Amino acid sequence: MPEAWYPFFEWCEGTFLGSAVRESIYAFPVIEAVHLIALCVIGGAIIVVDLRMLGFGMKDQRISELAEHVRPWLVGGLAVMLSTGVLLFLGEAVKCFYNNAFWVKMLTLPVALVFTFAVKGRLLDGLETGTRSRLLGSASLVLWVVVAAAGRWIGYS
Amino acid sequence: MIVGILEWVGSTKWSVMLLESYYAWPLLESTHVVTLAFFVGTALMMDLRLVGIAFPGVPVTAFTGRLLPWTRFAFALMVTTGLLLFYSSPLRYYNNIFFRLKIVLLMAAGLNIWLFHSRIHLKVAEWENDLRPPRAARIAGLLSIIIWTSVVFSGRFVAYNWFECDIQPQPGWVNFLAGCELVGEEAMTGP
Repeated sequence: MPEAWYPFFEWCEGTFLGSAVRESIYAFPVIEAVHLIALCVIGGAIIVVDLRMLGFGMKDQRISELAEHVRPWLVGGLAVMLSTGVLLFLGEAVKCFYNNAFWVKMLTLPVALVFTFAVKGRLLDGLETGTRSRLLGSASLVLWVVVAAAGRWIGYS
Repeated sequence: MIVGILEWVGSTKWSVMLLESYYAWPLLESTHVVTLAFFVGTALMMDLRLVGIAFPGVPVTAFTGRLLPWTRFAFALMVTTGLLLFYSSPLRYYNNIFFRLKIVLLMAAGLNIWLFHSRIHLKVAEWENDLRPPRAARIAGLLSIIIWTSVVFSGRFVAYNWFECDIQPQPGWVNFLAGCELVGEEAMTGP
């Protein structure tokens, strides 16, 4: 990663929130747990639709109908995910700078978000199970699994 | 007796290899976490429908019929990876107060699921299309949300055990609940 960004990461860690997260022995684990609950909400919202796109799960409902139902939970889950994620990052920004898993996540997360809202989200109207829906569903699952796994992997180095 | 067995399990070749492995253990744990999103995620979607705050117009049986097999499949993966993680360090988890809490919560979740399927769900045909399911179903859904959320919290805290048996002195009730066996001086100087 560009060394020029390092001071920014250092600054992040020194912010009031960053120090607050680091100084409490409970803050980081509690925020992590909330981050995990939000992961579950997002996971559920995405998997219900992706399974359906692959031709599994709730087959009696239309793909677009299910996507409509999960949207508020997906958006709400993402909001919690991003805010807790930022807090966790501020708490250990310098460690993240040197962490490969962190960068994998930072590169795949925007791709997953753009894919979900700008690509998948726009192709749902009238979409039936078929090659197209299967491709979209598998791509979505793979992208989000990589984001989630890379996220967990930040903690191993 | 249990301690003796777990001590032996933890000393077996595969258990030691797993604990000391560079990739296997993190791979197992990240599978546990990714599967968590799958398992608790799909369970939560069903719970939200049961509570009556999501998926209006989608019959409850679409969840309990079509989605539940996938939730169960994910749960099987959850248990498998969880057991392997336990196997890597059995005694440490056995004496971990959050691990013990998690097991109790899992039993509570099981009881809630059993009550739901053996009673409330039997007459699902009468209310599967109701936007607001009967009170008992709403309570089961809410309980499920609360219990699984607590399971996730206690599961995450297992890794941050602030009440490790090695860290003494601890309050007596903590040592009791964690099953810590204090020896010599520690036993004398406990608060």
